[in-house]
Amino acid sequence: MATQHSRSTARLMMAPAVILLLGWMLVPLIMTLYFSFKKYLPLRGGDLGWVGFDNYVRFVSSSSFWPSVSTTLIIVGGVLAITLILGTLLALLLDQPMWGQGVVRILVIAPFFVMPTVSALVWKNMFMDANYGLLSYLWEFFGAEPVQWMSQASLTSIITILSWQWLPFATLILLTAIQSIDHEQLEASEMDGATVLKRFWYIVLPHLSRAITVVLLIQTIFLLSIFAEIFVTTAGAFGSKTLTYLIFQRVLESQNVGLGSAGGVYAIILANIVAIFLMRIVGQNLDK
Amino acid sequence: MIRKTSLGVAVALSLATSTAVLAETITIATVNNGDMIRMQGYTDQFTKQTGINVEWVTLEENVLRQRVTTDITTKGGAFDIMTIGMYETPIWGANGWLIPLHKNVNFNTNNLSAAYDVDDILPAMRGGLSHEGTLYAAPFYGESSMIMYRTDLMAKAGLKMPDAPTWDFIAKAAKAMTDRSNDINGICLRGKAGWGEGGAFITAMSNSFGARWFDMDWNATFDQKPWADTLNFFVNMMNESGPKGYATNGFNENLSLFQQGKCGMWIDATVAASFVTNPKDSTVADKVGFALAPDTGLGKRSNWLWAWALAIPAGTQKEKAALQFVEWATSKEYIELVAAKEGWANVPPGARTSLYENPNYTKVPFAQMTLDSILSADPNNSTVEPSPYVGIQFAAIPEFAGIATQVSQEFSAVYAGQQSVEEALAKAQDITNEAMEAAGYR
Repeated sequence: MATQHSRSTARLMMAPAVILLLGWMLVPLIMTLYFSFKKYLPLRGGDLGWVGFDNYVRFVSSSSFWPSVSTTLIIVGGVLAITLILGTLLALLLDQPMWGQGVVRILVIAPFFVMPTVSALVWKNMFMDANYGLLSYLWEFFGAEPVQWMSQASLTSIITILSWQWLPFATLILLTAIQSIDHEQLEASEMDGATVLKRFWYIVLPHLSRAITVVLLIQTIFLLSIFAEIFVTTAGAFGSKTLTYLIFQRVLESQNVGLGSAGGVYAIILANIVAIFLMRIVGQNLDK
Repeated sequence: MIRKTSLGVAVALSLATSTAVLAETITIATVNNGDMIRMQGYTDQFTKQTGINVEWVTLEENVLRQRVTTDITTKGGAFDIMTIGMYETPIWGANGWLIPLHKNVNFNTNNLSAAYDVDDILPAMRGGLSHEGTLYAAPFYGESSMIMYRTDLMAKAGLKMPDAPTWDFIAKAAKAMTDRSNDINGICLRGKAGWGEGGAFITAMSNSFGARWFDMDWNATFDQKPWADTLNFFVNMMNESGPKGYATNGFNENLSLFQQGKCGMWIDATVAASFVTNPKDSTVADKVGFALAPDTGLGKRSNWLWAWALAIPAGTQKEKAALQFVEWATSKEYIELVAAKEGWANVPPGARTSLYENPNYTKVPFAQMTLDSILSADPNNSTVEPSPYVGIQFAAIPEFAGIATQVSQEFSAVYAGQQSVEEALAKAQDITNEAMEAAGYR
């Protein structure tokens, strides 16, 4: 039973951490809000006064806005689908007892530790380059015309790179979930004549549902803000401009800080909607 | 005893600080072009002469622009010298972000030494790097664009390149020179997104087709016929005779294609002439001819004007040292230094009048064509119909870089076959008008 005194001591002890966290979050947030209501053009002398909601209206009414939203959705959806399906299969595979299990698991997880810019460059130059990329050799070996990955299949390429990066994360979480399945239950169902598919569908998958939501939640939040992979591979060309990239474009390429900040505020709202929505699902799952 | 030690410490300290002052280090942001890389190789000479150390930050063109623009607008102070071009210099100079190098009106504030001979800088370059008569950046090299073509392939195709060809001739020649089975493309041109890459090329080309970026009221003009003509002509010609995947080819990609003998013609920066005729790097060094950039008979050619120049951001702590470097790198002596070590064909071109009067240099096969191309470019009068902006392959307004990068991305998507010319032009029209509205022009 905490006394009044010990409670206030506890608050005092926590204060530095809380203040630091608040500052970390609030200062950029407030600055973004502040700039989003200003006409702020660094190349035209900086602060040109308050403009109300002009920047907000301009950002969404721009012809680049809806294409960037749909690009974002395609990339996030594509990566989620690939990582979840392949992640589940890989997790099932890695759960099997085999020789050199430890090494294999480390190798599978490795891509997650490669920096985004590095992995994007490796993919772009060593795999997807149309002249000397590994994939173009493969295509030529089978007598096909090599694909210009970055220009002709820009979204597919970016989704591939991102999936490669995020697959280990999904695999890791799903694998730990699979390992916690009660094996007696599986054996019992096997004795009762349940096929592999049925066991997967009725026992493994329901057991994984919580892990899958966690993967969904965390990946969505991170994928909404991917930037390095696009910057390094296509620099926003060939229809690969996401919402995040559009904000970067507004602030740094167009040097319109106010407009970009308004976009930033939209992105914050969007990310929070997704987060609240997904947290509810997780919460419901946890209650079960 | 104590006094002695403290004295010793004081002496040691003052010695340490004085050597620190002597070994001053300046940081220079530059672009990864051949001439700049070469200059980095000679930095030791500068350090030997002056005792000033130099630290290089070498970046790809698009990245360099973003880095230095962000640094100058936020007064970041990361660089003592920035490599910028004709687009940035007048805009930044007008904002007071650069240290003036030379003033016409008030000679008292001249920062350049007499030996530097500022009047030797080519008037076109000096004009483009000044704002209201004040020079803000010293040209390291200047360029226009011209046609570089393979004389052997041209002869094989049974054609003769005129000194001043038309686009129709170029398209015809490109088709005749293309030999897909031997991997020879009739023509290689820039398609890469970015206003300084493919954007610069298509804008310069559009001038010769009678197009312009803005009408006199700053409205975008992508909905008008000249732009559709330009883009359709370009796409048809490149699909017929260009290399595959040209949508991602910029200056460096085309340079390596040409050097490997995979291009019949290449229209690009005049500085490339030195690289394609250098037998060390080029397999076709002895088979290259030059001609003026093409036109369509409307009175404007499709060559641009550009200079990479060194500027000193206002607010640097090391103005003196930076100025010393700028003078050294853009001096006549530097040109002679490079000439002595690597031959006259490899000196940084296009910056100084004296270079084109030097008998050693006039012997270089591309010298005259380079000078002619530079002299035929007029940034103040670049379009067939009147336009409200200065600049040939760009419009010298702060918003242009952002707009043109997006527009060139839409064009690149056409080159990659992702959308039609009409779709791209409609998007370009929207992008440009929206940005001009946001900036308060319309």
